[in-house]
Amino acid sequence: MAQAEIPYQEAIPLHDPHSWITKYWFSQDHKVIAVQYGITAVAVGLVALVLSWIMRTQIGFPGMFEWITPDIYYQSVTMHGMIMVIYLLTAFLLGSFGNYLVPLMLGARDMVFPFVNMISYHVYFASVIILMLGYWPGMEGPTGAGWTLYPPQAILSGTPGADWGILTMLASLAVFIVAFTMGGLNYITTILQARTRGMTMMRMPLSIWGIGMATVLGLLAFPALFVSAIMMTLDNVLGTSFFMPAISTAGADHEYEGGSPLLFQHLFWFFGHPEVYIVALPAFGVVSDLISVHARKNIFGYRLMVWAIVAIGGLSFIVWAHHMYVAGMHPYFGFFFATTTLIIAVPTAIKVYNWTLTLWRANIRFTVPMLFAIAFVLTFVVGGLTGLFLGNVIVDVPLSDTYFVVAHFHMVMGVAPILVIFGGIYHWYPKITGRMLNDTIGRIHFWITFIGTYAIYFPMHFLAIPRRYYEYNVGESAILTQSMDILNQSITITAYIVGIAQFLFIYNLIVSYRRGREAGDNPWEANSLEWRTPQTPPVHGNWGEQLPTVHRWAYDYSVPGEETDFIPQDVPRKAQA
Amino acid sequence: MAVAIFLLIIVIVSVLLSFFSPWQFTEIASNWGYIDFTVILTFWICGIVFVLIGLFMVYTTWKFRYRADARADYEPENPRLEWWLTIVTTIGVVAMLAPGLIVWNDFVNPPDDVQEVEVLSKQWGWAFRFPGEDGKFGTVHVDNIDADNSFGMNTADPNGEDDVLVQGNTLHLPVDQAYKVLLRSNDVLHDFWVPEFRAKMDAVPGMVTYFWFTPTRIQQEPYEVVCAELCGRGHYTMRGWVKVDTQDDFQSWLDTQPTWADVQAATALDAMSPEAKRGREIWAAEGCNACHSLDGSAVVGPTWLNLWNTTRNLADGTTATVDEAYFVESIREPAVKIVEGFSPAMIAYDEATVTEDEIQALIALLKESVDAPEDAADGT
Repeated sequence: MAQAEIPYQEAIPLHDPHSWITKYWFSQDHKVIAVQYGITAVAVGLVALVLSWIMRTQIGFPGMFEWITPDIYYQSVTMHGMIMVIYLLTAFLLGSFGNYLVPLMLGARDMVFPFVNMISYHVYFASVIILMLGYWPGMEGPTGAGWTLYPPQAILSGTPGADWGILTMLASLAVFIVAFTMGGLNYITTILQARTRGMTMMRMPLSIWGIGMATVLGLLAFPALFVSAIMMTLDNVLGTSFFMPAISTAGADHEYEGGSPLLFQHLFWFFGHPEVYIVALPAFGVVSDLISVHARKNIFGYRLMVWAIVAIGGLSFIVWAHHMYVAGMHPYFGFFFATTTLIIAVPTAIKVYNWTLTLWRANIRFTVPMLFAIAFVLTFVVGGLTGLFLGNVIVDVPLSDTYFVVAHFHMVMGVAPILVIFGGIYHWYPKITGRMLNDTIGRIHFWITFIGTYAIYFPMHFLAIPRRYYEYNVGESAILTQSMDILNQSITITAYIVGIAQFLFIYNLIVSYRRGREAGDNPWEANSLEWRTPQTPPVHGNWGEQLPTVHRWAYDYSVPGEETDFIPQDVPRKAQA
Repeated sequence: MAVAIFLLIIVIVSVLLSFFSPWQFTEIASNWGYIDFTVILTFWICGIVFVLIGLFMVYTTWKFRYRADARADYEPENPRLEWWLTIVTTIGVVAMLAPGLIVWNDFVNPPDDVQEVEVLSKQWGWAFRFPGEDGKFGTVHVDNIDADNSFGMNTADPNGEDDVLVQGNTLHLPVDQAYKVLLRSNDVLHDFWVPEFRAKMDAVPGMVTYFWFTPTRIQQEPYEVVCAELCGRGHYTMRGWVKVDTQDDFQSWLDTQPTWADVQAATALDAMSPEAKRGREIWAAEGCNACHSLDGSAVVGPTWLNLWNTTRNLADGTTATVDEAYFVESIREPAVKIVEGFSPAMIAYDEATVTEDEIQALIALLKESVDAPEDAADGT
């Protein structure tokens, strides 16, 4: 076979860590880098959690805490959004899951460029530090322009953080994109070049398909954000007019002339919409594997699932302006982007059908990872369906810029992928540490998180009031009815509870590391290669002397006539009779 | 077992909430019933899909829960079923998209008998302009904006002379007349939205955007305008009012509004003392004008018109007289005394930013900012 010609990594010498620093800090081992990404992302995610408490406190109980000024409120909203989308979700799903799973699931010793991989994490770490510099004492604080950073607002003094805050934000984003590019090139090259013997593309677990396609999207989409960040920095610092038309603020003249605020929005969403799928596709992939393993059944319609991922990835580049239906762009754009947006619903719906059809005549083990996977499907169904409202241009008109939008995107790209992240952590923690997470704490964490987030975001769809308001009843306004006020309060209180439950999860992660039950090599009786390493946790190099050889797809569960209900990928097929 | 039960509860509660929640759309007051129709159509199609998938999950998680002696089916693919699901989904999508695009076509193409009104947005308030008797708007540019020309009117353009300029946050419109709303912004993005009218659109500095609608319902209270695009720290205070009138009431209101020619004439007769005029320049240069108007419109903070020497109710229940001591304190430490109905949004100005001498000029401005008969231009 021609495949035997490919130089597999058996003979490649790996860098050998000598000290604590090279083993745990400047490590080139993809598994250590994955954990580094994970810990950093969770830490910065906790900051975002506290920020969400600040904003929810103001919305639920306006005026109760005087230190929550409009500036603090808008800064919290902005930082919460940006941290969650970029520094937590993107970093975790690709930096952590991507790093851990790509080499292990494909039977590789490491990423193809381990040194670049190491640099990628440290540049990401730097971007987080730069982001947090926005809070440097004595400065004006981070930007409060909303996570979309729309000019002209973002760099004018009517917005909090219009000098220092926006600069640190834009610099941090640019640095993050550098980190992502280094990581992303690694994932793609590794997927294309370092699969072990027999691991054809159509035998890869769906996790890898999701991560790989998301990485392609990221590599093509992030440059648009990169140039936007640089051009806005120039507008702010040098007074260029890329995004700034002639304006007059509060009687003061500005030197800007001829720039276009809409140009920024097009660039931002050319990045921003694929970004939704950069987060969603890895979650789609991972959840497919979780459902299959714990339902003891092959994923239904594997080939269609793969093509759906590819189709969604491709379509995600021609739907961006559905974020701009009421932005003042040429109205005829609405026809095109509504059509492409609703077309993307078809492959997305197919994925949902196939997840639920995988449960049909399965033998479902309700482990903690499976609970999170099922919760993901229901949450994603709600978030996906409300997307059909917002994607259809005329239906979007009354709903745009209201809490319907907030509810939609939190369901579909906030809660849903986070449920997958939790499921994935519960699923792979035994491989990473050799110990199981505590099951009871896990179940408590699950139920509070699932029911809590649903109770927060489902009723929020009915709040037909503008978003990003510090206060509703100003002057004679009667826009917020009493029942809405009660709803806002209950959402806020639920948000406190769900937030606190996350500390239970952190506690579980820490305590189980030393005290958790021994996991063994394959506690879930799963098929994919990461469960077939000679040691648990896998050592540097993953596979010992010989790389595994793949003989089958990753979904041979409950094959009729077999003794066990799972057959790992490296088990040879029986000779045909 | 618990999973199936909880999923069932969630599906049931979600459906009940959708029909019986106290949080529904406001009663419509424009011609855009078709928009509501597309929302309801989408609601039904998506709602049915949600219930079907939800109940399917309830059934599978209950029926196929783990049993040690059971074995799952082995069925990698079922092309027939997958084709059917794809086709049915496509039909559902078309059923939502097609009517949506037809209504959108209406939305972006105003009818022939449409009238025009301009909405000028700025941090953080609204102003409005009608084209006047000639039916043509005069040209404008932000470079023309100063204390006497807040619309940035081009003085050389004769089409602008009869333009009716509506200061303050209240717009009146006649019932059953289609209006094309031209949106303009002086500074940042804003969005003119009256929930009862359903339609909305961003105002973008440097260009003119539009939407159209026909107000169809007269009600006693005016409809509230809310800014729907984040526009800075005062975004949430950017409210306004639209009063829908009979044609006669509308016309008599419109007649009380000054034209651009009226405004220019009043400026020429400007009787302010030099010290008060200096105060007005400081008012504009230091940004006081962003929140405190001189024409009686409430923006973020109280207007300065007719303010001097009056007694104000404060948020803490006490009162204060607007004299020199109060005024100085309100600049140096604005958070100490907050007038009832306003929020503590103002930052403190120290000696380095606004000097004592400049405060004296501002006080002169306040003393002379009293209603003159020719600009009694309050909408409500």
